[in-house]
This record gives sequence, structure tokens and C-alpha cells, in this order.
Amino acid sequence: METILGIDLFTLWFFVVGGVFSGYAILDGFDLGAGALHLFFKKEESRRIALNAIGPVWDGNEVWLVIGGGALFAGFPIVYATVFSSFYELLMVFLVMLIFRAISIEFRSKEPMLWWRKLWDIGYSVSSILIALALGLVLGNIIQGLPIDQNYIYRGTLMDFFNPYSILISFTTLALFMMHGAIYLVMKTENRLFAKLTILVKNTTIFFVLMFSLTSMATLLYLPHMVTRYKEVPYMFAFPFLAILAVANITRQISKRKYRNAFISSAFVSAMLMVLVAVGLFPNIVISTIDPSFHITVYNGASTPKTLKILLTIAATGVPIIATYTTFVFWTFRGKVKLDETSY
Amino acid sequence: MDVSILSRIQFAFTVAFHYIYPPLSIGLGVVLVIMEGQYLRTGNKMYEQMTRFWIKIFALIFGIGVATGIVMEFEFGTNWAVYSRYVGDIFGSALAAEGIFAFALESGFLGILIFGWNRVGPKVHFLSTIMVALGSMFSAIWIVVANSWQQTPSGFKIEGEGMHARAVITDFWAMVFNPSSMDRLSHVLIGALLAGSFLVLSVHAYYILRGKYLEIAKAGFKIALSVATVAALLQLFSGHHSANGVAVNQPAKLAAFEGHYDSLAVADMYILGWLDNKTEKTTGLKVPGGLTFLLHQDFKTPVIGLNAFKKENRPSAVNFVFQTYHIMISIGFILIGLTLLASFLWWKSKLFDNRWLLQIFAWGVVLPQIANQVGWYSAEVGRQPWVVYGLLRTSDALSQSLRAEQVIFSLILFTLVYALLFVLFLYLLNKKIKHGPTDHSLSTEELPLYSKRDNPIL
Ligand code: HDD
Ligand code: HEM
Ligand code: HEM
Repeated sequence: METILGIDLFTLWFFVVGGVFSGYAILDGFDLGAGALHLFFKKEESRRIALNAIGPVWDGNEVWLVIGGGALFAGFPIVYATVFSSFYELLMVFLVMLIFRAISIEFRSKEPMLWWRKLWDIGYSVSSILIALALGLVLGNIIQGLPIDQNYIYRGTLMDFFNPYSILISFTTLALFMMHGAIYLVMKTENRLFAKLTILVKNTTIFFVLMFSLTSMATLLYLPHMVTRYKEVPYMFAFPFLAILAVANITRQISKRKYRNAFISSAFVSAMLMVLVAVGLFPNIVISTIDPSFHITVYNGASTPKTLKILLTIAATGVPIIATYTTFVFWTFRGKVKLDETSY
Repeated sequence: MDVSILSRIQFAFTVAFHYIYPPLSIGLGVVLVIMEGQYLRTGNKMYEQMTRFWIKIFALIFGIGVATGIVMEFEFGTNWAVYSRYVGDIFGSALAAEGIFAFALESGFLGILIFGWNRVGPKVHFLSTIMVALGSMFSAIWIVVANSWQQTPSGFKIEGEGMHARAVITDFWAMVFNPSSMDRLSHVLIGALLAGSFLVLSVHAYYILRGKYLEIAKAGFKIALSVATVAALLQLFSGHHSANGVAVNQPAKLAAFEGHYDSLAVADMYILGWLDNKTEKTTGLKVPGGLTFLLHQDFKTPVIGLNAFKKENRPSAVNFVFQTYHIMISIGFILIGLTLLASFLWWKSKLFDNRWLLQIFAWGVVLPQIANQVGWYSAEVGRQPWVVYGLLRTSDALSQSLRAEQVIFSLILFTLVYALLFVLFLYLLNKKIKHGPTDHSLSTEELPLYSKRDNPIL
């Protein structure tokens, strides 16, 4: 089998897909989190500032989802097709909420009436929360495995998705995003709103640490398949160890009021959680709960090596370019939010 | 209703709704580059005002284009799982390239385009405008290449059997430059230029009729008119070229376009007509032997007709295909006539003297929109019953686990949220147009908190 730096093409593309979804979790994570917290801000000006803090970037953040979907489709079409068709209703709600959220953001500032703005504020916040919960629910079920038969057909029902473990993951995702969003906002604001956010940062962090511990325990106790890989390759334990360190670092940086460092840490945590899942599942991507021989792995679920090579070439040329201009864009909008005539 | 019909309705509905916005984004992007280029070249503030105004509208359209596009990407997996597995090896690379090269480019620079006026210099801003315009054109490239591969597959082989069968790439560039991709790409891009320039023409005509913002309105009208005239003429050639390609690669589709049943006969060309698929007869106003002439430059060579194909291998909604195709062509000729007439009057310096002509332009924005829609309908429905031409049937391409209730559920959701989206779109568009271009040189003061002043993103 062809390899690059000793890693086969299938695994390499698995890294790419994982990387893009981690990027999505980091980026859309903070703006979804900001949305989930939106109703905690009471004054009109605070809400406007919070909204404009994500204004120039939320749309660009969503592109990571698009790229992730494309990368999955391209490299692992069988996974893409199986997962997307299995989670039909959840994904449809997710998509509709994405649109509804965009509508809310755009509608809100178009009329000055307070009731109007309140209405869309609720729409914005509720859709952000539902999106986070839906993503978490999908992730939770992927971790647990799905009843997939030999023809990749899902044999369960909608209700099967709402099991305790997946619901736990769902709320952990929400907690992560809320914490991440709060830290982002605190970096972007001043004065009273800043003061209010420092409290929110603390509370959401406590919420997250709680959920994180619960999830870790539940995984260790009830999902042995997620742990085997770590036992087989002990140096993989570095990842959970790093994750725990990073979580600890968030709290430390927050108490030192170094919010930028805290944000970097919480971004790192978001990525690490994806890595933990990926390492646990590998080389499987979709685990069949019907029969282990029906598992979809990075090998039997992938495109041909030829396509993967083309894809890797595309990614290797494209990603540095994207990284360059994304940095440039973020740099252009650095600093605290000031409302001007181009604001929401 | 069965899952297959419902899924087709849902796909058609969501993609048709999506396709209201991309042509406007692509076309407007190019017009914006010209406008802002004029500003940089002449330093005339009037062009800056014009550009700023159209960027606000661009942002609105773009935002909705993105929101509805994400749905499309998911739908391949949710509703057409078998199809996705079948074409993943091929279609995937096009979609991934689109994500990486196109979408990231557009969305990255969009922020600067909209919010960056006070943060970057004019040159950097202009660069962002170019990047966004390029990005949206790139995205058309990849998506149309992928779609063209479905129409005229090449550069692949089939591997595996039954549920595990799939097409795999043997030659990447043969896949990209499949027989129809370049023809269709140019046709789609020109169609987008028409859509974008007619939007500008429409709004500016409305201002001129109202006697508002006259200087800007007239200058912008001329820019858009130049684009539209060139595009309308090119579209005829590009369309004709496409039709020749269809004749070679998808003869059943061409026969449906032209309502031609009898393979042994010389083919007529219909200006207007009606197909009866039971009696296999076409009636209407025709140019005898016209199609034969266009394809073979003579009046005697027979053209392959629908009856050369088994019923299960040819499109069944032939009258629909015929009508949509003919609407597109009629609109194509109307656009040529309109733009040539207006250009002639411009040359005679009488462009803005005719209120009725401006009136027509004010409403004319719907014409390219309709043509773009029906163009896709005829190309896609004419491809039936195949989802991948000659290889995979639409009815075999569905997700096997899908049940009718699920699709009804999502169809209802989409109908509701798209209705809301469309209302939002029209409301905001109308508001922005009524508000008109603002003179930014006069207003440098801080804005009050509850300012009613319109803001650029949506
Ligand atoms: C001719 C061009 C064209 C065509 C045929 C399509 N699209 Fe589209 N799409 C665009 C041109 C475009 C665009 C110009 O790039 C958009 C629309 C408006 C916009 O703002 O970006 C876009 C947005 C857009 C997005 C969001 C991208 C982003 O975040 O920037 C996705 C995921 C798709 N599209 C996917 C699709 C799929 C799966 C299609 C086929 C079924 C499709 N589009 C047809
Ligand atoms: C370029 C990207 C596109 C791809 C990859 C694509 C692919 C598909 C697929 C998979 C289907 C469903 C199966 C089928 O019914 O054949 C379909 C149907 C359809 N598409 Fe496209 N499509 C694209 C663009 C468009 C656009 C932009 C439009 C027009 C607005 C369009 C109009 C339709 C219609 C009307 C149907 C339903 C046809 C029918 O079921 O009879 N397509 N297309
Ligand atoms: C002027 C005469 C025109 C001719 C002869 C013509 C011809 C064609 C043909 C043959 C196709 C089918 C291509 C295929 O299935 O592979 C097509 C599709 C299409 N047409 Fe036209 N067309 C004309 C005008 C227009 C205009 C004015 C517009 C829009 C403003 C337009 C937009 C489209 C679109 C969006 C498609 C679907 C994409 C594609 O298949 O290329 N056309 N046209």
C-alpha cells in the first residue's frame, strides 16, 4: 500500500477530515456558543455588541462545515452516505435551524421595535442551542455505534438516537460551545458587558468541567470499545492527558484574567475532544452494532487510492492559501467591537 | 406517494430555490468588480457610492445562497445515499475542490467586502471584491463539472457489484473535461452574467423612472447594459454549441428538447408546440427541417428520435422538457433584442428618453431568472430516467433506509423555512432598493443606538 511519511493514504485523509471537523468545532463552536448565551444579555446595546462580535466571521466559520462535508464525501463516500441517510431527521432539523439562525441574525436589526428584536433574539438563541444539541446527538451515536447492516442500511428508528449516553454528549457539546463562546465574547467586549461576561465565563466553565467529567466517566464505564485502542497503544494516553491539562489551563487562565490564553486553550480542548473520539474509533468510522464484520472503516469506506492522492494534492495546495488569508481577515477585524454604520 | 417521487420533489424544490441566488451572486460579482474598478480608475466618489450600494445587495443575495447551498450538499447523502456511494470517488473530488478553492475564498473575503470599508485601503478592498467574484465563479466551475459528469460520464471505470458497485476515476482530467463540461460551464456562467446585469439594469431603470439618484443610476445602467449585451449575444452561441453536444452525447434528450419522435425522418424545429406522448405527435409552429439543418447543415439527414429508445430508457415528461427548453430559447432571443435595441439607443444618445423601454427593463430582471431555472429543468428532466447517464437510474439511487414519512417531514420543514426566507429576501431587497445609495462623504458622525439607518449586510 502506498504511504507518505509511513502513513497510508486512507489514514492521512482521515486526519484531514478530522482536522476540518475540529476546525469547525473550534470556529462555529464559539459563534454558536455566543448565540446560546444571547438571552443572558438583557440590554439592547449588549445584544448588538454580542451579535457584532461574531458578525464578520460567523458565515466564514460555517464554511468549515461545508468543507468538512465535501472532504467526507470525497474521501469516505460510503461513510458520508451511510451516516447522512441514517441521521435523516436530525440532520434536517439541523439544516433548517442553520437557515433559521441566519434569518434571525439578519432580520433582527432591520426594524427598531423592541418586540421585533426580542422575537428574533429568541429565534437566534434557540436555533444556536438546537444546532449544538443536534451535533452532539449525532456525535454521541457515532461513538456508540449504529445498527448498520451489510448493505450499509440503517436498521434502527429515530427514537434509538435518544439514548442516555448520546444525550449526555449532546449537552457536553452545548456546554463546550457555551464556554468557548463566552470566552470569545469576553475578549471582544468592554465595560459593563465585559463585567457581566466575566461571570458568565466562570459559570459556563463550571458547567463544562462538570459535563466533561461525567462524559469521561460514562465512556470509561459503558463504552469499552472506545478505550481498547488506548490500552493497545499506551502512548495514545497522551491525548486524554493533554485534554485534561488544557481544561485545567482554561480555569487557570480565566482566574488570571488572561482571556486570550483561555480562548486558545478552549479551542485546543475542542480539537482534542475530536481527536479523542477519532483515536477511539480508528480504524473504524462507523461501528455496526449488528455485526463487527459490517463496520465501516477508513479502508472499506474510502474512495480509491488514486482519488485520495488527488484529494491530498488539492488539500496540500489549498490549505496554506486558506490559512494565509483567513489570518489576514481575522487580523483586519482584530480588537474590541465598535458599532459603526456597517454594523448589524 | 413513494419515496422516490418525494425525494425528487424535494431535491428539485431545494435546488431550484438555491439556484435563484447563485446566478445573481456570480453576475453581480463581476459587475461589482467593474464598478469598483471605475472608482479606482477615475477616483469619482459617485462610483464608490454605487459600489457600496450594490455590495449591500450582494451581501443579502450571497447570504441566502450560502444558507440554501449547505442544504444541497447534505441532501446528496441524506436522500441519495446509493448515488453518493456510486459517484463518491468522482463527484467527491470536485466537491472538495469547490469547498477548498471556491467557498473558502468567497466567504473569507466577504467579511472585508462588507465590513471592511473603514478598515482597509481602497486597493485591498478592490482586491477583496475581485476575490469574492472569482470565488463564486470557481464554485460554479466545480459544481457544473460534477453535474456534467453525471450527464456525460468519462474518465472512469465501474468496480464492484449490486449495492457495492461504484464508479472510480481512471483519468482525473478526462473526468474534469468530460464532453459536456466546458460547454455547460460557459453557458451557466453567461446565464449568471445575464441574471446579475439585469438585476442592476432593473433597479437603475426604476430609479431613472422615479427621477432619483440620476447620476448614479445612469452610469450604472450603462455599465450593466454593456455586460448584458455582450452576454446575451454570447449565450446564443454557447447554447447552440451545447445543443450540438447534446445531439452527440444524449440523443434522447435532444429529441425531447425538440419534440422529435421519428428516427427515420428529417427533424423540424419548433418555435412553439405541444407534445402528445400517447400518440407520439408534436404539433405547432415549425421550421421544416430546421433541426436537421442546424445539426448537419443540410435538409435531408434524419435525426435520432425518441422512438429509437425503449420507453424505459427515455424521459417520460417530454412535453415538460420541450416547453421549458423552448421558454429558455425564447427568452434568449428576447434578451438579445432588448439589449441590442438599448445599445442602439445609447449609441444614438437617446437611451433614457424612452420611458416604456425603462419600464421593460425595470421588470426585465425576471427574464434571465426564468431562463436559468427552465434551462436546468430541461437539462435535468431531459436526463431522466438516468441520474448518471446510461449507468445509474434515478429510482435506484435513493437511500435505502429512507421512508416516505421522513421525506414528507423534511419537505414540510423546508417549505416553511424557505417561505420565510423568501419573504425575508424580498422584504430586505425592497427595503434596500427604496433606501437607495447613501452619500458616505456627508455622514461621518457616530450613529445613535437605535439608528434606523440601513446596514450593509442584509
Ligand atoms: C452555477 C452555479 C451553482 C450551481 C449550479 C450550484 N451552486 Fe451552490 N453555490 C453557488 C453556485 C452554484 C455560489 C455562487 O457559489 C453560492 C451561491 C450564492 C453564494 O453566495 O454562493 C453557492 C453556495 C453553495 C453552498 C454554500 C457555500 C458557502 O458556504 O459559501 C453549498 C454547500 C453549495 N452551494 C452546494 C451546491 C450543490 C450541492 C449544488 C447542486 C446540487 C449547487 N450548490 C448548485
Ligand atoms: C450542478 C449541480 C447539480 C447536481 C450535481 C445535480 C444533481 C441532481 C440530482 C442528484 C438529482 C436527483 C435525481 C434526479 O431526479 O435525477 C437532480 C434532480 C433535479 N435537478 Fe439537478 N443537480 C444540479 C444542479 C441543478 C440546478 C442548479 C437545477 C435548477 C435549478 C437543477 C434542477 C433539477 C431538477 C428540476 C431535478 C428534478 C428532476 C426530476 O426528478 O425529474 N439541478 N439533480
Ligand atoms: C439563446 C438561446 C439558447 C440556447 C440555444 C440554449 C441552449 C441550451 C441547451 C442545449 C441546454 C442543455 C445543455 C445540456 O443539457 O447539456 C441549455 C441549458 C441551460 N440553459 Fe440555455 N440556451 C439558450 C439561452 C439561455 C439563456 C438566455 C439562459 C439564462 C439566462 C440559459 C440558461 C441555461 C441554463 C442555466 C441551463 C442548464 C445548464 C446546462 O445544462 O448548461 N439559456 N441551454
